[in-house]
Amino acid sequence: MTTQTVNQHESHAHDEHEHHDAGAMKVFGFWVYLMSDLVIFGSLFATYAVLMNGTAGGPSGADIFELPLILISTFLLLFSSFTYGMAVLAMHADRVAQVKGWLGITFLLGAGFIGLEIYEFHHLIAEGFGPDRSAFLSSFFTLVGTHGLHVAFGLIWMLVMIIQLYTKGLNDKTRPRIMCLSLFWHFLDIVWICVFTFVYLMGVL
Amino acid sequence: MSDAHASHDGGNHGSVKSYVIGLILSLVLTVIPFWMVMSGGFSNMTVVVTISIMAIAQVLIQLVMFMHLDFKTEEGWNAGSFIFTALILVILVGGSLWIMQNLHANMMLGG
Repeated sequence: MTTQTVNQHESHAHDEHEHHDAGAMKVFGFWVYLMSDLVIFGSLFATYAVLMNGTAGGPSGADIFELPLILISTFLLLFSSFTYGMAVLAMHADRVAQVKGWLGITFLLGAGFIGLEIYEFHHLIAEGFGPDRSAFLSSFFTLVGTHGLHVAFGLIWMLVMIIQLYTKGLNDKTRPRIMCLSLFWHFLDIVWICVFTFVYLMGVL
Repeated sequence: MSDAHASHDGGNHGSVKSYVIGLILSLVLTVIPFWMVMSGGFSNMTVVVTISIMAIAQVLIQLVMFMHLDFKTEEGWNAGSFIFTALILVILVGGSLWIMQNLHANMMLGG
């Protein structure tokens, strides 16, 4: 009887240990994915740098970039990165309601960012400065659009996590997912730093 | 709210303080570059060098303060894979620019 209890206890402890490792391993695997994503963005930045002077008689960055709009987008994404951090802290304190709240705020900030980007793209295309106008605009739309697409998928993921918090709560399955999305979201803000510096700010010089 | 604590899975998840410091530094390193470009009172060379340094600084700050990159988590595999990727990026981006620059100069495109 005693041995049985001990065995059960040990196997239980072992299970917990495995869950733990599995969670940490998932997050690390996601980190490696992010590194490969970084190479994609690096390639797109290199493409943009090579093609940025190929305006083919069309507009250059200085003609079309609206810095006040970009500054607002930057603030939205930066604050969303911060509010996601608050969600992670709430998760480690096991406060489910707070996690939902912070994720909701992060979602709204991210949606604001995407809204501004759609407005910018729509405005450019309506003026005839779409990706088909010049090599510069093709590479610009590809780089910024790829980032925007990542943010959009991050928003979908965030919505799914909020729903899962209602249906499943915080457990061994949902926690690593929230941690992976955290890495994804901070990563996108870091890529955006390079976008606003090397594309927008240097583009209007 | 919680102070810095090592969590169950061994990773460092930061504290409210570290996030707030990261946010404030990021705000400063965002506002200064925008102000430099929008006010237009500086030479192009000064602006390019300054905003590049500030961008790199902000990337590093967010990696440490928001993503908690250090050499302890996963026995340094996170940081190790990041440094490897950074090296690949330097070769990829630097190499592409170098080759295309050379090609452009030698082809004398557009005079």
